[in-house]
Amino acid sequence: MKRLAAAFAAALLCASGGAAVPVAGPDQALIDGDTMPRKLSEFGLFVSGGAALQAGVVPYELHTPLFSDYADKARAIWLPAGTKAEVGGDGTVAFPVGTVLIKSFSWSGQGGGKPVETRLLIHRKDGWTALPYVWDADGRDATLAIGGRRVPVSFTEPDGTAQSISYAVPNKNQCKECHAEAGAIVPIGPKARNLVFAPQWQAFRSGRFTWPANRIAPLPRWDDSKSGSVAERARAYLDVNCAHCHNPKGSASNSGLFLRWTDDPTGVNYGIGKRPTAAGRGSGGMEFAIKPGDPDHSFLIYRLESLDPGIAMPELGRGAVHKEGAALLRQWIADMPEDKKN
Amino acid sequence: MRIHGLSRTACLTFAAAALVAAPASAKTISVSADTPDANEKLQEALIMAVSGDVVELGAGTWKLTDGLSLDVANVTIRGAGTDANGSILDFSDQQGAGEGLLVTSDDVLLTNFAVLNTKGDGIKSKGADRIVYHELRVEWTAGPKETNGAYGIYPVESTDVLIDSVFVRGASDAGIYVGQSKNIVVRDSFAIENVAGIEIENSYDADVHDNIAMRNTGGILVFDLPSLPMQGGHNVRVFDNIVKDNSTPNFAPKGNIVASVPTGTGVLVMANNNVEIFDNAFEDNGTANIMIVGYRYPYKDDKYQPLPRQIFVRDNAHGRAGFAPGFPGGAEMAAAMGGSIPPILWDGSGNAIVNDDVGVLSLNLPDVQTPQSEAKPSPVDLKDSAPAALPGIKLPASMEAKVQ
Repeated sequence: MKRLAAAFAAALLCASGGAAVPVAGPDQALIDGDTMPRKLSEFGLFVSGGAALQAGVVPYELHTPLFSDYADKARAIWLPAGTKAEVGGDGTVAFPVGTVLIKSFSWSGQGGGKPVETRLLIHRKDGWTALPYVWDADGRDATLAIGGRRVPVSFTEPDGTAQSISYAVPNKNQCKECHAEAGAIVPIGPKARNLVFAPQWQAFRSGRFTWPANRIAPLPRWDDSKSGSVAERARAYLDVNCAHCHNPKGSASNSGLFLRWTDDPTGVNYGIGKRPTAAGRGSGGMEFAIKPGDPDHSFLIYRLESLDPGIAMPELGRGAVHKEGAALLRQWIADMPEDKKN
Repeated sequence: MRIHGLSRTACLTFAAAALVAAPASAKTISVSADTPDANEKLQEALIMAVSGDVVELGAGTWKLTDGLSLDVANVTIRGAGTDANGSILDFSDQQGAGEGLLVTSDDVLLTNFAVLNTKGDGIKSKGADRIVYHELRVEWTAGPKETNGAYGIYPVESTDVLIDSVFVRGASDAGIYVGQSKNIVVRDSFAIENVAGIEIENSYDADVHDNIAMRNTGGILVFDLPSLPMQGGHNVRVFDNIVKDNSTPNFAPKGNIVASVPTGTGVLVMANNNVEIFDNAFEDNGTANIMIVGYRYPYKDDKYQPLPRQIFVRDNAHGRAGFAPGFPGGAEMAAAMGGSIPPILWDGSGNAIVNDDVGVLSLNLPDVQTPQSEAKPSPVDLKDSAPAALPGIKLPASMEAKVQ
């Protein structure tokens, strides 16, 4: 913690233009500009020659994160000097122009745990821009892959299963498929209710975030039974993993299936007794997205447990089944009282 | 059949204006199937394109592992043809994405290429206004199979949609599916061996004309379903189509609404308002040439209207029909009526006017809560004076100009 505080102080110095600090910081002009640098290092967000964060770039975590093929994700944020992020009453965060959200993907059994991919979400004057970078073989820098890429990845799942998948680095447009709200790119994860303010975050939190008067209750941790009931944790899981598309302004708006934390969990639009509309093979021969008491006949589960591109949900970013997440949702549906009308 | 070429020629005048409007920087980006990493290169081209550009697909076959997407307005994707020598986007080895090509930007023209064997939908456009699908082939080449993708051509949540001269085959839901959209034209297209040939669902203001829908399970469907953001489907005209031999056994995954479409259905209207079906040629549809029904499933949606209303049928040519009714009790009904049931079937719910000079069979189930097993079929006369004609669909001239 001391070390982090020192780094934070260094960053402040850096930001105030202290020429005495010998490290190069993030290149704010480049961040604010309209280019797509070929190399990740050009942004100066990482210490030259690897994936260590530059001073002033602050790591953060989420209560319930988005599942991505069992990847370990290292999240960090850069806020430009002298700016603050503003938390709204509903818990959404308005990040200033010049902000960069950084997410690096790695697997402990892959390349010694070095990151495979780093995604940047950059807040520029005309909106957010998403840029995917794939790390070079030597792990010293990463190269822009706007057309997406497939990378073979091997890892061991929590239950001990050895897994080799063709990991899909999304193309620039695919970033938008998940991050779109009414056609514009927005951040997904960092909402106030889902941000974890661990000790090292506290200083950052108080200095760089402004808060509304009302208290924002944290989202349950999907995998921690102490943080909420099965239903609450299942809903947190759906909010984080599904609701960025499944909301009235998202990519799946036409489905009529809305899975936000704030949606009515008893309604037909939450999937209970909802018949498939454009699900195609995704219905798996079942009549309802969620059939209370019967996860085996709930095609929401069927889609989560499939790897077939014509069936699998989410449509992007999942080359492995999240067994533990699916198990939680199975339990939630099994616990629901059966709906006699269906 | 009515010739609509004349009105399209008139639109030529607008073509010049549209060309002038294109930005000076507009360019053609040519991509070749033979390049290493062709998938990534093509996707990069679709990302780097700017308004006014044409992304030109060379002749050849792309072996694609991931879905492609376009999110730049006013871009054309143009291929070198839809046949084996043309530009073939082959998704047989697809590993990711829910469709072959996804378009999310406005004023896009897709023309002259083929999309084959996608795992999910073929070409989807969402929230893409003024999209033009022209001279395309979307096909699952092994023919009808339950494992085929759901929709061939799939615009959704859009205003101004033109689907012109496309070929679709093998979709396990609908070959051409327009959902939750407004101001739609589907014309001069060929839908064969899909579960539903052409489907207009939860949409307003559509003209479906001069198409051929054959050997599907159901030829042309006009539906409205509950629990969707846009419902209250209305103002749909189905005219000048050839709808014949829709005889493919239903191969949709169970649960999907089209899985309930009886084999041998020509045109099926379910829970829609103001639908005109006229000047079509029907033949060899074993269940019925035209079926008009209510939505008979339980639903929880106070806003939903499950009845067909103001359905108007006139001036259609009826060949053989009703000789193999594909619903429970249908065979018995046909036997009792001398081998076939009348070519037009109504479940008795809502209201319809049928001025064609052929028989209409009512199942006499006015309440959609009543199960079909309680049908009391009897011939019915639905002739009445013609209601006011629905207006034809006019698309922006810029769209018509693109297909001249």
